Amino acid sequence: MEYLIRFSQSHETFRLPEIQALALIEKVDLKIVSYSLESPFCIATLPSEDAARRLIRRSILVQSIHELWGSGATRSALHASIREHSADLWPLYQTCSFKFTFDSYQGARTSETKKEIINTFSYLPFNGPIKMRNPDQEFVLLEDWPWNSVPDGVLDPNYFYFGRLLGSGARDLPQKLDLKKRRYISTTSMDAELALVTANIALAAPGKLYYDPFVGTGSFPIACAQFGALAFGSDIDGRSIRGNDAKRTLRGNFEQYGLLDCMGGMFTADLTNSPIRRAPLGKAAGESDGVSGRIFDGIVCDPPYGVREGLRVLGVREPEKTPWIIPKGMEMYKLPEFVPPKKPYSFLAMLDDILQFSAQTLVDNGRLSFWTPTANDEDQEIPIPTHPYLEIVNVCTQVFNKWSRRLITYRRIPDTEVDPEKVKAREEEESTQQLQGKTVDELNPFRRAYFSKFET
Amino acid sequence: MKVLTLNFLTCAVKTCKSSADSFPLHPKDAELAHDDIEINPELLANVLPRIDWTALRTTSTELGFPELPAQPPTVEELEADEALLKELHSLLLETQMMEGKLVCGCCGHEYAVREGIANFLLPSHLV
Repeated sequence: MEYLIRFSQSHETFRLPEIQALALIEKVDLKIVSYSLESPFCIATLPSEDAARRLIRRSILVQSIHELWGSGATRSALHASIREHSADLWPLYQTCSFKFTFDSYQGARTSETKKEIINTFSYLPFNGPIKMRNPDQEFVLLEDWPWNSVPDGVLDPNYFYFGRLLGSGARDLPQKLDLKKRRYISTTSMDAELALVTANIALAAPGKLYYDPFVGTGSFPIACAQFGALAFGSDIDGRSIRGNDAKRTLRGNFEQYGLLDCMGGMFTADLTNSPIRRAPLGKAAGESDGVSGRIFDGIVCDPPYGVREGLRVLGVREPEKTPWIIPKGMEMYKLPEFVPPKKPYSFLAMLDDILQFSAQTLVDNGRLSFWTPTANDEDQEIPIPTHPYLEIVNVCTQVFNKWSRRLITYRRIPDTEVDPEKVKAREEEESTQQLQGKTVDELNPFRRAYFSKFET
Repeated sequence: MKVLTLNFLTCAVKTCKSSADSFPLHPKDAELAHDDIEINPELLANVLPRIDWTALRTTSTELGFPELPAQPPTVEELEADEALLKELHSLLLETQMMEGKLVCGCCGHEYAVREGIANFLLPSHLV
């Protein structure tokens, strides 16, 4: 059976990755029949009505899903299509209460024309009562209008779809987690809608374990917890976790949303000196439990880009120029108020650290989803990092004026699927690579491009 | 910080990573808190294969909980054993370490835990 998925016309490149991830979570066999980035209407085949409802129940970018009864470029073509494809379904709805509604994308209708159009469906043998509130069934005429149709006075849409409404997505969740109403946020908190989409694409689900190594004020762990996962997080800046007073803390955010049960543990740590236990790569061959020392089902993060927030790791920037720092640290480090020195770090090295860490801590088929910026100019583009143990699942892009940020998602492949040639190439590369530069600009090609306004 | 977290944490010092003594970290002067959480067998079944059982037995004893069985249960055994499910749920998910220190058995470094948040940042001579 064919179903019509009505997407929201925003974050277009995230829509298919999200729905495909949800198909995996709900174990639903989804086949996309027609889809385009320019249209909010997508036709798919699914095994059942129940599967269709489950598929979209936690989707952020799907508004609704419908059993598709017919479609066409003109009204007469639509009616012909309905008669041809759905006549066998009509008897099922002879006696139930029902209503007709319109979903006009980029268009509008007066209530008179609506009534007129509804009356052209009188051949449908619906004898039950019409109920505007909570009817048993809702039939929807979805219209795809051209851009600017209202001011241009366009009379008819480009395309019609007619279907029976089955269910709606979770469009209420972004409002529930809205940053404007969240007690504790910072300048770089990820907005609720994209954090939830990220959690969906990373397959967060009840009983699973998720980790964010750049947790900040907790946007991603909260989104994962909202979908039932147990969420862990860390940040090099402990102040972001502890918060600014008793009520405004990361924990307080979990409390605000009633998600405290899903807060696993938050701690202060640096990814380059992480306390998380890791499984050495390539040593577990033969074991096939798909876990063998690894911990997480997913790692989701938005690492610092080094523009708004400095990109720092533990260490001393120029030890030869400041020889007193290390001895002073040795003397002071046990005091509670001691703040360890930090040094600027390479953006690309950090991306590689995230991949290596993920390869060592994700269970088989676990996902890494992280955000990274890039210049829109091809010459200044930041390449998508690769790792022999991680397969790229998809790349979604949010475009700004001169730069974009991408959500890159990887799958931890089982050890047996890893290409030994790629492992060898990586080892050789590691042995020859040396960190170049010392200042924040030298270490971060994106920061450099950002502050030179992406001019070459 | 849930006790489960302790099963995922080793010493952050790189030279300690190869030593078996750096895991698990040993709680010292630990103040614990208890949350009432509804039991979630699905979560425990998923968590079980990721647990280092030997380390968990050590942590459990050091925190003053009853001794755990010498061998970890299989997921099927756990799902059938309501008493053990409850015990693990209470230890791993309901118990939080709020204050105290986590000590590395290899280098002796002490990581402070305050308000349920452990601090793993290292001074420069240990990086």
